[in-house]
Amino acid sequence: MLTEYQTVTSISGPLMLVENVSGARYGEMVEIEICDGTVRHGQILQVDRDKVLVQVFEGTEGVDISSSTVRLLGKPQQLAVSPDILGRVFTGTGRPKDGGAEIVAEKFVNINGNPINPYSRDYPNEFIQTGISTIDGLNPLVRGQKLPIFSGAGLPHDEITAQLARQATVRGKGEQFAVVFAAMGITFEAAQFFINDLQSTGAIERAVLFINLANDPAIERIATPRVALTAAEYLAFERDMHVLVILNDMTNYCEALRQISAARKEVPGRRGYPGYLYTDLATIYERAGRIKGKKGSITQVPVLTMPEDDKTHPVPDLTGYITEGQIILSRSLNRKGIAPPVDVLPSLSRLKDKGIGKGKTREDHADLYNQLYAAYARGKECQELATILGEAALSEEDRKYMIFANQFEKRYISQGYYENRTVEQTLDLGWELLSMFEDTELKRIRVEFIKKYMKRK
Amino acid sequence: MAETKTGTIVKVAGPVVMAKGMLGSRMYDVVRVSKHNLIGEIVELKGDTASIQVYEDTVSIGPGEPVENTGAPLSVELGPGLIESIYDGIQRPLDELYKAQGSYILRGSHLPGLNRQKKWHFKPTIGNGTQVGGGDIIGEVQESPILLHKIMIPAGVSGKIEELKEADYTVEQKVAVVSSPDGKKTEIKMMQKWPVRLGRASKQRLSPDSILQTGQRVIDTFFPIAKGGTACVPGPFGTGKTVVQHQLAKWVDADVVVYVGCGERGNEMTDVLIEFPELKDPRSGQPLMKRSVLIANTSDMPVAAREASVYTGITIAEYFRDMGYTVALMADSTSRWAEAMREISTRLEEMPAEEGYPAYLAARIASFYERAGKVECLGKPERQGALSIIGAVSPPGGDLSDSVVQATLHVVKVFWSLMAKLAQQRHFPAIDWLTSYSFYKQHLPKCFKDKQEGLEMVELTQQAMNLLEQESQLAEIVRLVGSEAISPADRMALQTAKSIREDYLHQNAFHEVDTYTSMEKQYQMLKNILHFHTKSLEAISGGVETADIFKLGVWEDISRSSFVPEEQIGQIAKIRDKIDEQISSLK
Repeated sequence: MLTEYQTVTSISGPLMLVENVSGARYGEMVEIEICDGTVRHGQILQVDRDKVLVQVFEGTEGVDISSSTVRLLGKPQQLAVSPDILGRVFTGTGRPKDGGAEIVAEKFVNINGNPINPYSRDYPNEFIQTGISTIDGLNPLVRGQKLPIFSGAGLPHDEITAQLARQATVRGKGEQFAVVFAAMGITFEAAQFFINDLQSTGAIERAVLFINLANDPAIERIATPRVALTAAEYLAFERDMHVLVILNDMTNYCEALRQISAARKEVPGRRGYPGYLYTDLATIYERAGRIKGKKGSITQVPVLTMPEDDKTHPVPDLTGYITEGQIILSRSLNRKGIAPPVDVLPSLSRLKDKGIGKGKTREDHADLYNQLYAAYARGKECQELATILGEAALSEEDRKYMIFANQFEKRYISQGYYENRTVEQTLDLGWELLSMFEDTELKRIRVEFIKKYMKRK
Repeated sequence: MAETKTGTIVKVAGPVVMAKGMLGSRMYDVVRVSKHNLIGEIVELKGDTASIQVYEDTVSIGPGEPVENTGAPLSVELGPGLIESIYDGIQRPLDELYKAQGSYILRGSHLPGLNRQKKWHFKPTIGNGTQVGGGDIIGEVQESPILLHKIMIPAGVSGKIEELKEADYTVEQKVAVVSSPDGKKTEIKMMQKWPVRLGRASKQRLSPDSILQTGQRVIDTFFPIAKGGTACVPGPFGTGKTVVQHQLAKWVDADVVVYVGCGERGNEMTDVLIEFPELKDPRSGQPLMKRSVLIANTSDMPVAAREASVYTGITIAEYFRDMGYTVALMADSTSRWAEAMREISTRLEEMPAEEGYPAYLAARIASFYERAGKVECLGKPERQGALSIIGAVSPPGGDLSDSVVQATLHVVKVFWSLMAKLAQQRHFPAIDWLTSYSFYKQHLPKCFKDKQEGLEMVELTQQAMNLLEQESQLAEIVRLVGSEAISPADRMALQTAKSIREDYLHQNAFHEVDTYTSMEKQYQMLKNILHFHTKSLEAISGGVETADIFKLGVWEDISRSSFVPEEQIGQIAKIRDKIDEQISSLK
């Protein structure tokens, strides 16, 4: 038995206050029938005696106080899951968007999930080959990791996520793989680019898409990552799949959160974002990982655009505190035409040491990335020095490092969006680039590895 | 004890619930909320209405549901069984929860902090008929191969002890009876309860006067922390706060380590859970887990329990301190704790101070760190215990003017400043030697058996610090005019400073030998570097070219010293002969 109320007393921004309500529950879903007969959806944010504060997902445009009817649905926000969700496109709140039939639910799951017991987590240590050298070679991704891409307006994060979705694989295992894509406030073009890419490879059959475009209701975005992760959890932990979740773009999500917070007149934190932004983001990002006794896993690649490329902006800052590393894109590499323009030095994968080495990738992997990293860092300094003082002012040695940095950018970092390198190819390329140095200069690599892997012409 | 009160929910806003009909409740009483039996704590009272912070998710809770007051403040259970446990922020055993409910933490789960079935062998240490008072040790339980758990008389109980007997008991069984002069008999059990927000009493506070050795060179040599001292590690993300905390948890010379993962990553706790049982304590040779208690309230777990987690941790730590042990508590990260406070404060509609944090933030932080210290423990036999707190802080954007950092710096005596720039150069631990400080340096000599050696170490550290200081000043000049333009002695200073940074301060946490360096080894290593410096300066004044000195093969030996195992320390001392030999060959 559903209860209906026509007692809306105020509307402000995306929020609606309903009075004389009994039996309302925190977090409960509501339907709002407005004067033109259409139905909108909302969720209860606060219950104070008989007053209920509702956030309306589709926005409150055209809603009036006197004739709107609010229906309490008696349940929290849920997602219908079944294996049939694969290959389908949904809205940001999980309703079919592709014109297909409603999902016949195997079960309904609360989209907020439950916290994972830290004791039941299994440590992520299986190497994922992405085919991208800067990731596989220098910042390896492992199953169950959450590794965001810190991008900026005008940088090609869409191309990189598409490449990841297309190429990521755990080698030597014919395991079930799935992609869950959550679009939050991105443009139609960006979403369509991703969908087309999946279609062209047939990967769309193994993908679930939740699309909230830039012109879709902003408030709906609050639910989108949670809906997507609920689907991912179902596929990973009940259907034994290895799920790659792409959340694009988390900055838009945070802005929607800020909008709600402002409408509720909450005390703002940094840059107007609510004080609970960290906790809120953590409840999204922490829904990644492996669980003891379960075959599947969830690997998360959130994308966020840093306003003015500022890493200390609250969204990238708090994200960096929660996620296990970050891949940062560089505007200057992008200008040089290097694709994908991964800024190697500040990028980091915190779990890299767990996923590489003998039996996983190759024994020389750790030494090799340390050496490449050190040499590139030095080369980068020399590049900068050369722009100030001119190349002629560099010492012999500095010039060598500068040449190395240029080569490294041109050949190792730059590979285009369609070249899929095996990890061996990536490692061998690293050795080839290092061959311009004497063995004694390669201080970070064990001598036996130099003997074994260095092929000098 | 107040009688049990049942009230009714009137308002729900996220983790804060308001209930009326709560007259007679006291602040910080624990309540059970709604039919789901969620745990909460009263944080505000207005008339008969109580505001409650709920430690679990409040979705689907609404007005009209009952709230039941348990009449007791949030407490932890103390007794045998704490060691090797992993708890959430309100002392629910996560391993037991996993066995009972699977991978997720469901609402309203209640499991006691201490195992009720397990029997422990209790051995009395005093005889029947002895007069006892609060804090007196009456017996022992060998809880783990390295930890002897002392059973103490709870505070406020005194009289003559009777029925004390060696046997196997569960934590709830009576091990003795204390009869007071007025004829009252109190049963003594191995388990006691203590409210987390109240510090455990001691006879007397003492000033910390010995160093808590960590095996981390930059810390022990330059910025040591004392047994009973406090330290703070702030730094932006990616600078290795957690690695520093893990390293300390692994290698400090404490009897008990309490590690509080407060609002941090789930996988980091998993890492600890996998590593600690395997790693061996360098002193006892036993797995590190045998002296550790873990508290894991990860960032996706409810925010109110995060607020409680540091208190749960410190109360357990104080309990072990009271046995006369040296205890170290790591809290990673106190910023998340402060944020939890802010979140609750906002929901209570309190007037905010800086950055939205409540006005009582600084006071709470100060009183938390003040629970550290060296004490004369309550009760007989006379004993001293020490509790050190090491708190990580995660300032937004790495900005040290952040309220949490500033409030922390007001009270702590050691500051390890992590720098993003060092981390980017892959210099770990990324503790900046120029801005960090420690007020415990004067106790350094006591770490050495040989007093002379200790005094010499103090001189060496000062000399090394002077060189690093000199380097920072020279670096500016060199950048402008090039290294050729400065004097040979200055060039040598730069070279030695570089050696101190790269061969000494840089330490690889993941290398099986380098991860821990004893005080003796630190002394030998530092002495080599500075010996080389002195000898070189002599040679330079005798006309030797710096370029020739920089080419000497002995640099290699110096830079490889950190990988020489502890058993072969003699090899490091021998490097000095090689230094003398090679330098005199230049003349």
